[in-house]
Amino acid sequence: MIAVEISKLLRRPRTWVSIGLLVALPTIVALFLNGTRVTPRPGRGTAFLSEVLTNGALFPAAALAIVLPVFLPIAVATIAGESIAGEAANGTLRYVLIRPVGRTRLLTAKLVALIVYVLLAVVVVAVSAYVVGYFLFGVGPVSTVSGTTDADSQISAFRTIAAILYVGWSMLGVGSVALFLSTFTESSLGASLGAIAVLIASGVLQALDAARSIQPYLPTRYWLSFIDLFREPILWRDVDRGIGLQAVYVLVFLGAAWANFTTRDITS
Amino acid sequence: MTADLGTDGPGFAVRTDCLTKRFGPVTAVSDLTLSVRTGARLGLLGPNGSGKSTLVRMLLGLVYPTSGTIELLGEPMPRSSRLVLPRVGALVEGPAAYRNLSGRRNLLLLDAAGPGGSRHDRGARVDATLTTVGLANVSRRRVRGYSLGMRQRLGLASALLRSPQLLLLDEPTNGLDPHGIHELHELLLKINARGTTVVLSSHLLTEVETLCSDVAVLDRGRLVVHCPIAELRQPTGHVVVHTDAVALARTLLGERVVESTGSWLRVASEDPAALNATLVAAGVPVREIAPQRRSLEETVLALTEPSEGEGPR
Repeated sequence: MIAVEISKLLRRPRTWVSIGLLVALPTIVALFLNGTRVTPRPGRGTAFLSEVLTNGALFPAAALAIVLPVFLPIAVATIAGESIAGEAANGTLRYVLIRPVGRTRLLTAKLVALIVYVLLAVVVVAVSAYVVGYFLFGVGPVSTVSGTTDADSQISAFRTIAAILYVGWSMLGVGSVALFLSTFTESSLGASLGAIAVLIASGVLQALDAARSIQPYLPTRYWLSFIDLFREPILWRDVDRGIGLQAVYVLVFLGAAWANFTTRDITS
Repeated sequence: MTADLGTDGPGFAVRTDCLTKRFGPVTAVSDLTLSVRTGARLGLLGPNGSGKSTLVRMLLGLVYPTSGTIELLGEPMPRSSRLVLPRVGALVEGPAAYRNLSGRRNLLLLDAAGPGGSRHDRGARVDATLTTVGLANVSRRRVRGYSLGMRQRLGLASALLRSPQLLLLDEPTNGLDPHGIHELHELLLKINARGTTVVLSSHLLTEVETLCSDVAVLDRGRLVVHCPIAELRQPTGHVVVHTDAVALARTLLGERVVESTGSWLRVASEDPAALNATLVAAGVPVREIAPQRRSLEETVLALTEPSEGEGPR
């Protein structure tokens, strides 16, 4: 069943269109930077952008920072929100279930397909950004946010791979919320927008000093902590908290999705 | 080919006992007890909203009963769905497929999704089924471009893919042209002759009349009739006579003529042969004579109420 779901994911045009858009945005940014040679001042704007002109090796990290706030969560919420609701609206859900595919098994397969999508998206963004960075800006040893330069490329590669995994894991939190909503409705759009609404609310509260008491628990709180992976030495504190917080979101919402989906009447 | 009845023997393919389903305040299926013999062809009739779809969905484990029990092929549902459903083919409220994939790809994915059905002969089985339902020449086209009838055939193909022992078909001829309907009827009779039990719901009463051995009528969630079709079609105690000598026949039979329209007479009589003899002896030329039977349509209309929001109250 997992193979079937992955096969469906990879055969759907939407998958590739969304990844294409995810790649396009950082590429456009790079082209403008390269054309004008005007970068945001250090400490302003998207992380790493001020550095990429001198070193394209930082562009994968910059690209992740570019797509992380809006593009990537929307793409993930769209795919995850569609997973059950889309099949229900299309009518195929009933035919899959009477094949029979157990409901737990179907939900698991949808989750694995989602993980594959998230990793695929993040990796494609990072790899394409590396290629873009290599050709436009040239690649040298990664200079860290702390001002040092990595002694060898292995450490730089470790930072980038860790950032990819961390961003992927953060996105799984969004995906879980969308998947949960997807088990309630026949409207993919409703499920996706619901998850996006949660993220926007989280962003609003995060900027609100009055909401300080709940800020450590907001889903978007530690998203940008992957920047800490590019410090020397790596600052693990917020990364660890981010991993733990997302794990709670993933467990709670997947558990609720499972509880709802396995006991629900399928009337679509 | 011998009948493959599996482990359940020549018993019942479907059994429900006091099956009830409530959606909030609405009772969709009420205290329904129904047994379908293995090998039967049951026509499921009833107005819209009478509970046919909910019943079929409960049989397949898509909707959980509020109370009551279900046995499919001798196993309890939905508990044994993993065991039972591979031997059941179904069409539930219209076909559905992934529109961006070809018909063949849809079936391949569907077959790969469920248990059983080995990988080695998957392609061959899918192609054979596509040929059976007459889709072989368009099987590699995207479903997006299929007509309603082609989608219906694809839905049937997905139901037939695993050579099921029980077929639950909701409106199987929907969207098919007269040729397609005829082909499907032939196909269902052939499959049934090999021992597969067929349960089909239809709005076309003539379809049920020609195709099914038994009929079950639902009305507002209750089972109002379940019997062999022949039983429903008992003679009504009237005989219809076609003659050119209407006046002569009327004088001869007097009060026994219930109705006369043009050259047709409806006569109260239990014995068409005796009536014929009487008429002929008196010199009435009889062109046609036959016992009157109620059509299934009349029976069903008499048993059920118009569904809500449709027709006068």
